[in-house]
This record gives sequence, structure tokens and C-alpha cells, in this order.
Amino acid sequence: MNAIYRRELKSHFQSMTGYVFIAFMVLFIGIYFMAYNMMSGYPYFSYTLSGMVTIIMIGIPVLTMRSFADDRKTKTDQLLLTAPVTVTKMVLGKYFSMVTVFLVPVLLTSVCPLIIKMNGTAYLKVDYASMLAFFLLGCVYIAIGMFISSLTESQIIAAVGTFGVILLLLLWPNLVGFLPASASGSAIGFLILWTFVVFVVHRMTSHNLLAIVLEVVGVLVIVGIFFLKRSLLDRALVNLLEKISITQVLQNFTSHYIFDLGGLISYISVIFLLIFLTVQSIEKRRWS
Amino acid sequence: MIEVRNLVKDYGGHLAVDHLSFTISDGQIYGFLGPNGAGKSTTMNIMTGYIGATEGDVLINGHNILEEPEEAKKCIGYLPELPPLYVDMTVMEQLNFAAELKKIPKKEREQAVQEVLELAKLMEVKGRLIRNLSKGYRQRVGLAQAVIGFPPVIVLDEPTVGLDPKQIIEIRDTIKELGKNHTVILSSHILSEVSAVCDHIMIIDRGKLIASDTPENLERQMEGASGMELSIKASEEEIMTTLEDLSLAADIVVSESGEEGIKHVSLNFRSGELDPEEDVRETIFFAFADQRLPILSMQSQKASLEEVFLELIKEAESDDINDSLEFKSNDEAESNTGESNTADKEIEDISNQRMEEGEEEQSE
Repeated sequence: MNAIYRRELKSHFQSMTGYVFIAFMVLFIGIYFMAYNMMSGYPYFSYTLSGMVTIIMIGIPVLTMRSFADDRKTKTDQLLLTAPVTVTKMVLGKYFSMVTVFLVPVLLTSVCPLIIKMNGTAYLKVDYASMLAFFLLGCVYIAIGMFISSLTESQIIAAVGTFGVILLLLLWPNLVGFLPASASGSAIGFLILWTFVVFVVHRMTSHNLLAIVLEVVGVLVIVGIFFLKRSLLDRALVNLLEKISITQVLQNFTSHYIFDLGGLISYISVIFLLIFLTVQSIEKRRWS
Repeated sequence: MIEVRNLVKDYGGHLAVDHLSFTISDGQIYGFLGPNGAGKSTTMNIMTGYIGATEGDVLINGHNILEEPEEAKKCIGYLPELPPLYVDMTVMEQLNFAAELKKIPKKEREQAVQEVLELAKLMEVKGRLIRNLSKGYRQRVGLAQAVIGFPPVIVLDEPTVGLDPKQIIEIRDTIKELGKNHTVILSSHILSEVSAVCDHIMIIDRGKLIASDTPENLERQMEGASGMELSIKASEEEIMTTLEDLSLAADIVVSESGEEGIKHVSLNFRSGELDPEEDVRETIFFAFADQRLPILSMQSQKASLEEVFLELIKEAESDDINDSLEFKSNDEAESNTGESNTADKEIEDISNQRMEEGEEEQSE
């Protein structure tokens, strides 16, 4: 894992992507910092960070697009996969190298709250807690980018795909607002979602009986709840899907000044899930 | 020691490897030989753990490549078809990275890199970026990377593809050198290469192992399929009647030799139909001597490995044709072909006819 981590890190700075990414991030943090904090005199650096969410949406895909797509295209994955290293270690090595590159601009900006303090009142606790949340959000995005890169041979598709997914996550809270909030609407939504889950299970197991039993049980439960305890379904779909909104956690830190520990844990869980999925996607490719 | 048991790789309906089983013993150079797309690379990729098999097991020194991948992979150095090199690194960096990946202890790493640099003759390019190296040098870096730390088993997939003749000879010498204390498995579709380097040849065609033996034994096996060239001072009719009396299991082609009154005769014996005890040269000599027809020259031709290879591939193909058309004339085929149990007579006759036609055209 160490060998892969160091090689990847070196290659980020040999192929310029690392420098370009860091320069891009620092430039835009500088612009936002100047506009919000310096010129407008707003004392919270966290506000700048919440603005940066849109900037990393562009930066992260550039950082992650190469990770697995390029290896697959140039066949260098043959070296890694035939070496006595497990796929998990290989994925972790690559992941941590990208996280390290992302850490550089985050650390560089850690002087910004101090600059604010030099000029007056600063809210250091809020700012540094926000910075932690911002860093973890970036790590989630890197994991998303890495997973998408492991699905394709083309760096372009990886970058565009990652950008699309992150943008969708950003718009998610607004999109959820369009969903029906009534009990019947929720019930229909749940039926569609459950059918989709059963479809995925069926694709993975190719077990007809299992899929039929699951579908029937799911439909009975949802319909049962609809007729017996209708109030349970009010806004249920919206409430559930709102939970997926990943930027909400950062908003809690930056706008509401809440230290959202549960949110941070959910970030870390999502990262683990995506690393696991990346390992699975590489294993899957070897077997088909 | 490598054991491959009943290996199958199914690419969505296309069997790239079809129930392949073989054992490779230590300290020899093995050659995988087969036409393009025969499944050589796929087999090697499975053996080295790059891709998984649909069915079957691979054991490297007793370690199953699936159950104990790290132990098994430690025993193998692999050079794939395209050397897996990071073009943004220098030769030294690449080799150091490979050494670290292979878990060579830090103290020995420098030594190990030096050794392979010398072995692959890379000293003068060690500081250069791989991006700027020629194909031949890249191949050598790939080879150095495969043998770094000297694992007991070295797998080389078409190691000489794209090299110039001088480089080919150099790489062959290196492989022979390695073969002294390692098990080397190399693949190639070039026969002369395999016969020049390997102690043991395995011929693979469409995912199946169709022959596995030493080069000498393979040649010997096919001795029946040899031919004979004669110059006889006689008319075509006389030659044909004399030879027909002998009822040889051979295809006879008579052509003009250029000199007046002298005919050129070539005999192609059908494989496996010749009694190895009996020397056909003697029989032919006395037959013509009895007719007072002088044989001016006689030359027997042994089947080369090239012919063995083509013959075996042809047999395998005709087998497949039989299977697909479902006219299973097993008994007939066996009685026709003797030792080599597979060839189908009709198809062989057709191809022999074609050969004759070709030769006639040539002589005209």
C-alpha cells in the first residue's frame, strides 16, 4: 500500500494535475476570502467554505479521473494486480494519495481565520470545525470520483460522470422538494423504490423465487401501512430522501454553527461504502 | 511446480480457455505455442492472478492463486504482452516501485535493482523517463521488472514481439540464462523461437492443449509424415506403375526436372501410415533397380517442427469440423491415422490435394 501511495502521490506532481488542482483551489479560496471576508467584512470564514462547495465540484473530478481509468487503459493495472498486494490495499493507496493532494490547499487556507482574527473578531471554533467538515466532504467527493473512475477506461467519462453525480447531490435538497408529500404519493414512491431494489437483488442473485417473495412482501407491507396507519406515510418519502443530501451536513457547520457529529460519521460511512464499492468493481472486472 | 487443473475462461459464450490442464515442473523452460487468439495470454493472465477463471484451479508451488493470492503471487514474475510501465517514471523509479510492490526488504532493494539492470542491460538508460524509451528498451524494462527479486517462476508473454533481430537474440540468451535456476514459461506464436529456447513445448489451439512434449519428441512423433524427393531417369508412366506396385501410403507428384529424360518425383507420406521398422528407401531402390530404372538422387525429408505444428493445428481443426457436422467416424479415423488419433481422412485428402495443386502450379 505504501509503495502505491507514494508512486501515486509522485505522479500527481509529475503530471501537473496535483499542482493545477492545488493552484485552482487556492486561487478560488483566495477570491472568495477576499470578496466575503476582506471586502465585505464578514467575520466567518465558514461562509467562504460553503461557497467553495461549488468549486470543488469542478476540481475534484480532475483530481480523481485518472486514478483507475488510466491504469486500465495503459494496462499498468496488470502490474498492480499480479503483485502480491490485495486490491483493497491498492485502492486505499490510491485513495489516500488523492486525499493528501486535497489536504494541501485545505491546510494552506487554515491561515485565513487567523488573518480575520488579526483584523478583529474571529470565530475560530466555527471556522476550524467547518474546515474539518469541508475536508471530509471533499474526501466523500474523492471517493465518488474514484469509484466512477474504476468503472470506465475513459478519463473524460470519469470526470464528467463524477461532476454529474456531485452536481446532482448538490441539487438534491431542491429536487426532493418536487416529490409528493401526501401519503398516497409516498406509498407510490416507496413501491417504485422497492421494486428497483428487488430488481437489483434479482440482477445480482438471478434468483427468481427470492425476487418474487421480496416483491410481494414489500408490496403487502407498504399497502398494509397505507390502509392501517396512513399518518405514518405523510411526508415519509421526502423525509427519507432528504437524508441523502450530503451537503446539508456542511451547511449545519457553516450556516447554523452546529457541530454535527452524526453528519461527520455519515461522511465517513459513505467513504467506506464507496471504497468498498471500488474494490468490488475492480474484482468484478477481473471475473467477467 | 505449477498445477493447472481444468481451467475454463468463458467470455460470454466464447470459450477462450477450454478445460485446460497441465503441470509444470521446476527448473525448465516451457513454451506455450499457438496461433493468434489461441488462449495463451488468457491462460497466462489467469495463472498470474490478473483475471479470474470461470472454472478450475491454478496452484503455484502449492498455493492456490485464488485462496492465497499473496503467497502465490510472490512466487511469480510476470511480463504481460504489453509491459505494464508508468511512462511518467524513470527506469530506476519503475524498478524500485516494482521491487517495493513485490515486498523485497528495503535493505536488499538497491541490490535487487542493480542486478536486474545489469541482467537486462539497462545501465545506460536507468535515469531516463520510460516515455522516451524505444519499444525494445521498454520490453527490457518489463523483463527486468518481471525478474526483479528472482521469483522461482517467471512468466513471459511474447517476450520478443516488436524487437529487432539483435535484441531478439539478446533476450533469448537472457531467458536461457534465467532458465538455469528458474522455471520459465514463455508464449509465442513463432515456432523457431520456442524451439530455440524451450525444453518443453505445449501447443495450444482455441483454448485446448493439443500437444505437450519436448521439441525432439514432437518431431519424432511426426516422423511418419515425412516426405521424399527423388530424381529418376524414366518416363512418368514407368515411375507411376513401379510406385503403384509398391502400394505406398503416399501422395505422388511427378514433374519435369529440367534435364532431359529425368523426372523429379516427390512423395508425401501420410502421417502415421508408415511402418517405422521398414525402411521405405530400400524398397523403393530395389523396385526401380528391378525395372532397371536408375535412381539418380534420393533424399528423405524429416518433418520439421513447423510442419508438426501445422499438422497438429490442422488435426484439431478437423476435429472441430467433425464435431460440428456431427458425422462422427471415430472408428474410421482411428484406423486411418494410427498413432495420431485425431485426423480425419477426408479433410486430410482435401488438403493434400490442395498442396499438390499448389506444387503443380509451382513446377509449371
